[in-house]
Amino acid sequence: MSIISDVIESTKAIIKGMGVTLSYIPKEKWTVEYPDEPVTMQPRYRGQHLLHVDELGREKCVACFLCAAACPSECIYIIAADDPRPAEERTGVEERYARVYNIDYGRCIFCGYCVEACPKDAITHGYNFELSVYSRADLLKTKDDLLITKQLQSPNYRVAYSDEDVNSEYKEV
Amino acid sequence: MSTTLPPYEVIDQPLDTQMTISFGPQHPSTHGVLRLEMVLDGEMIVRAIPDIGYLHTGMEKLFEYKKWQQGIVITDRMDYLNPLGNNLAYVMAIEKLLGLEIPERAQVIRVMMCELQRIASHMVWLGTHALDIGAMTVFFYAFREREKIMNLIEACSGGRLTPSYFRVGGLMMDLPAGFERRVKQFTDAFPKALDEFHTLVSGNTIFQSRTKGVGYISTEDAIDWGLTGPCLRGSGVKIDVRLTNPYTGYETYDFEIPVETGCDVWARYMVRMRELRESLKIVEQALARLRPGPVKADAPKVVLPEREAMKTHMDALIHHFLIITEGFNVPAGEVYHPIEGSKGELGCYIKSDGGAKPARVHVRGPSFVNLSALPIMAEGEMVADVVAIIGSLDIVLGEIDR
Ligand code: SF4
Ligand code: SF4
Repeated sequence: MSIISDVIESTKAIIKGMGVTLSYIPKEKWTVEYPDEPVTMQPRYRGQHLLHVDELGREKCVACFLCAAACPSECIYIIAADDPRPAEERTGVEERYARVYNIDYGRCIFCGYCVEACPKDAITHGYNFELSVYSRADLLKTKDDLLITKQLQSPNYRVAYSDEDVNSEYKEV
Repeated sequence: MSTTLPPYEVIDQPLDTQMTISFGPQHPSTHGVLRLEMVLDGEMIVRAIPDIGYLHTGMEKLFEYKKWQQGIVITDRMDYLNPLGNNLAYVMAIEKLLGLEIPERAQVIRVMMCELQRIASHMVWLGTHALDIGAMTVFFYAFREREKIMNLIEACSGGRLTPSYFRVGGLMMDLPAGFERRVKQFTDAFPKALDEFHTLVSGNTIFQSRTKGVGYISTEDAIDWGLTGPCLRGSGVKIDVRLTNPYTGYETYDFEIPVETGCDVWARYMVRMRELRESLKIVEQALARLRPGPVKADAPKVVLPEREAMKTHMDALIHHFLIITEGFNVPAGEVYHPIEGSKGELGCYIKSDGGAKPARVHVRGPSFVNLSALPIMAEGEMVADVVAIIGSLDIVLGEIDR
């Protein structure tokens, strides 16, 4: 094949490719301008954990250590304590509660085994996903960071409806 | 007679015309942290020796310290482009030892999700392979398609790259509401995207001349070096674990095994592109077969009970505690279970001594074996073609180094 026909063939190929690319210009945008636009999360997304409380504001966790036993990376640290006060004044729903509940996010792999294990629905995955910090020590989150009443939720996400369209992530929200 | 390589020796006294250079480990085209030690004669490659181990994590040893069910999360992290396939190989090996019967719905969902995962994995391969060769735009379109599948995987398991969706005895949980409709949407739109890829890449003369006749490996060599998956089928051998050794009911699906006889980068490219259509066909068939039913096997000592049962029934709660704190025992024995991963035969060999933790787990990673044939393919090629050859092998370093 001569050089000239090579050049012509290649130019044709490029023009054909550009045709596809150009045809996308008037079409809908597929990217999200994070952080100006929120990212869409599916309902089951596994983000930073939340420790739940009941309607009276008492912690649901009963310090049964099941989550710590299920955790493959051994990043949950619990110290259990007894709370002999009457039911309304207690920290937790039961007498036994977790005085310390730490999750080391330097180790956590967001596998969801702890959530699956908890018999009290006390721990679930939230949707917070921006976990970067400047110091390693800050990756150790204590109960103050994890309790649903105290954890700050990021404005940068939105949770999809369970049966939203497959490409809904790219639509204006 | 197949080609055997001379033993590797360090060339510290290069000839006047030869030069040894390092390709990687930080080169973006090595798809991870692969280092190639290349002996060049001018622009021609005399020898290319892969140097691996930069990503070594000791995963196979780690399995021995985790309970059976905790090992699933480790498998996610080996071949991170095909995590559901890894999950499947591992859980099916355990199920083989346990002799578990998996419900029909769980099997169909496993097939469907694995094929979706295969498409997602091939999309990453296509995007990066084309990007290495110089076609930038394909990358964006391929990742757009992958993103749709990632959303589907996220919707059913909660994780995107590390789903851990398959559990011993079934699935983590059933599909969310409306999932079938979303998969349907994807399968309806994907053929159009596939046509676009063919216009952008397959029909492109520049791409063709970069790939045709490059990275040749003969059929005998491909067999002798133990290649599997699209790399082997690109050399004209029709071997696919889904066909030769069916699992999870693959024998009941109607699909073709694409084979090309070119033995070069182009042939491997075409095999994967044709495979995408076959995978799509399997997804559609699986979708049509979905019937309501249980997704967990009836084995209370192995499978976690449903949450409702756990909260209301004493025995379910006891089993829940026991499985989580002590794990379940697997009968002593050894088993090897191969599946067809997106890159080739992905096998999981496990040995149990009857306890709650594996005695040994070994994974036969297709990337590892396929990479070993790189010196044969690269010999005598130009330097610039190495990226095309690496791309056509579709390796994932997480699986190679483990
Ligand atoms: S998500 Fe997994 S790794 Fe993280 S705390 Fe829970 S069980 Fe442990
Ligand atoms: S979070 Fe749940 S599983 Fe963990 S200690 Fe508390 S009650 Fe038990």
